[in-house]
Amino acid sequence: MSVPYAKLPAWAEYGLIPLVNLIVAFAVAGLVVLLVGESPLEAAYHMINGAFGRGEYIGFTLYYATTFIFTGLAVAVAFHAGLFNIGGEGQAYVAGIGVALACLSLDRIMPWYVVFPVAILGAALFGAAWAFIPGWLQAKRGSHIVITTIMFNFIAASLMNYMLNRVMKPLGSMSLETRTFEAGGQLPKLDWLMKIFGLSVGTSPFNVTFLLALAAAFGVWVLIWRTRLGYEMRTMGHSPAAARYAGIKEARIIVITMMISGALAGMMALNPIMGETYRMQLDFVQGAGFVGIAVALMGRSHPAGIIPAAILFGVLYQGGAEISFEMPSISRDMIVIIQGLVILFAGALEHMFRPAITRAVLAVSGRGHTEAAVKGA
Amino acid sequence: MDLLQLFLELAQSTVRLSTPLILAALAGLFTERAGVFDIGLEGKMLGGAFAAGCVAFVAQSAMAGLLAAVVVSVLLSLVHGYASITQRGNQIVSGVAINFIVAGSTVILGQAWFQQGGRTPALSEGARFQEIELPFAEALRSVPLIGPIYAELLSGHAALTYFAFLMVPFTWWVLYRTRFGLRLRAVGENPGAVDTAGISVIWMRYRGVICCGILCGVAGAYLSLAANAGWTKGMTAGKGYIALAALIFAKWRPVNVMFACLLFGFLDAFAIRYQGTPLPLIGKVPVQLMQALPYILTVILLAGFIGKAIPPKAGGVPYVKER
Repeated sequence: MSVPYAKLPAWAEYGLIPLVNLIVAFAVAGLVVLLVGESPLEAAYHMINGAFGRGEYIGFTLYYATTFIFTGLAVAVAFHAGLFNIGGEGQAYVAGIGVALACLSLDRIMPWYVVFPVAILGAALFGAAWAFIPGWLQAKRGSHIVITTIMFNFIAASLMNYMLNRVMKPLGSMSLETRTFEAGGQLPKLDWLMKIFGLSVGTSPFNVTFLLALAAAFGVWVLIWRTRLGYEMRTMGHSPAAARYAGIKEARIIVITMMISGALAGMMALNPIMGETYRMQLDFVQGAGFVGIAVALMGRSHPAGIIPAAILFGVLYQGGAEISFEMPSISRDMIVIIQGLVILFAGALEHMFRPAITRAVLAVSGRGHTEAAVKGA
Repeated sequence: MDLLQLFLELAQSTVRLSTPLILAALAGLFTERAGVFDIGLEGKMLGGAFAAGCVAFVAQSAMAGLLAAVVVSVLLSLVHGYASITQRGNQIVSGVAINFIVAGSTVILGQAWFQQGGRTPALSEGARFQEIELPFAEALRSVPLIGPIYAELLSGHAALTYFAFLMVPFTWWVLYRTRFGLRLRAVGENPGAVDTAGISVIWMRYRGVICCGILCGVAGAYLSLAANAGWTKGMTAGKGYIALAALIFAKWRPVNVMFACLLFGFLDAFAIRYQGTPLPLIGKVPVQLMQALPYILTVILLAGFIGKAIPPKAGGVPYVKER
């Protein structure tokens, strides 16, 4: 699709426009807070304090951010190939089986650094497998990936309900969860990293999965912008027709992209299962797969944008908990609203402010610049 | 006689459970036939159910509740329309956004206004849609076979249920026998041709989106004013997505929509009724499989294993006038 707007300098394209969209989303969220009869400024104060006030809070913020980096990257990778993977939620959920299997079979005999790679592999495999089916169906049978992945979210929920009810629950237990893992299935916290900054993780579950998430972000950057496969994916995303003329095998790219996307979404399962609860619980994903959509849109599908966007949502989750504690009328559902508003303004309405911003930027940056910009369009 | 009773029981709950699906799926039909995909059916239904619950309680009137549901749902549709028609944004992204905004704000506002923890106050009889006894239902009950069917299956539903089933032929008539319907379908298949004929593509699509909002609002009102006595948090519970599945399953045709919704409603009724009891021939079916069946069927259908579901050709593509 051609963009009927003049090309903007990078700082405006990747900095100013997302920022304006974000501010509008928060302004609307502030209106909701006003409607409830509370002060938005006070809410903002509690949010910032709750997210950064203490080392422990920062730990929680980064713990949530870890999860969102994975799901954000998953959505972004698919975006690059022109695919919309709404199924991150289901892929992460099913990937829990991979993590749980690795932990349940190895946690008593192996240390965590042996179990962890196996669990990563398990998560990636199960996540990729759950994304493979919609990918294959789109590539070979032409079914719409958005609808199939939505359906697969529901099928995943039923499947996992069954697994936890009938298969993975210890005998005689009533609650829908696996047994608690022993030392081998528990990831170490990143207290050494926090200590460098003179902070303590406290009780927060900030763990080594964070480093894996950063590595995954770098990996995605390499994949998308530095490999042949990434080039083919981007070509297909920009123009499927051009990709076909260039001899790129469309079906192959769709399936591979979806599997990578599913694997990334799947690795999210490591964080809560091995890093926080040390067992797989019913509904452990808690909407993180959907947060990934907002994160990817805000981060403009670039790892360098996704990490700060994920941290922002980490702030919302952790700070939101603090707000609901201090101001009971604003429950954590406020985050769901903000998430929706971010998706709306940074995603569906991304072009709403663009004409005005373009005019403003071009007016500010002077004549010579303007001509270049217009030529670039 | 026992078998008949059993059949009637199942059929009756099938009708009840499929009513909101039919309304929502027909809603989706109007917008998708106009070329605007909408995965925000769930959110609009939930928003409608919430508005209906609030207003019906405050005004103590079911009709006021219904009206509020329609207004809120149409407003949400217009947001979707503005994003996907006027701003030419991604229709799927916009639908996802609306689902989240509604899911969050209904809980926050409901808690702030009524303080009942994720629900609106229970509605009294007068503020709900009552079950309607069709004429002679009691008198005919003793007639063998036809009597019980008439008295228990056809009679005794809320007005909105009858409305939903009447909407099916009406939608068919609008779509295939009116000028509006022809243009609506054309705008979803080939908007360029419609534009050439001097008809505004934008306005046609907005009208499709508004029709969707009205029907989603009714579906929401059914949930909180007829099926339940008030709104509860997340009460749509994926019905919007099932309706979407039914719409695809029905290949975007009104009469098929009714049958698809009845099928999915039946699966639901069956799963509730036979949870945990072994069935003849098949044995014990896990309830989770029953719950997943509508989604599995839709996936199989979409993949073209049972017929082929071909969506409106211009669906999901914003219309850009040639420059």
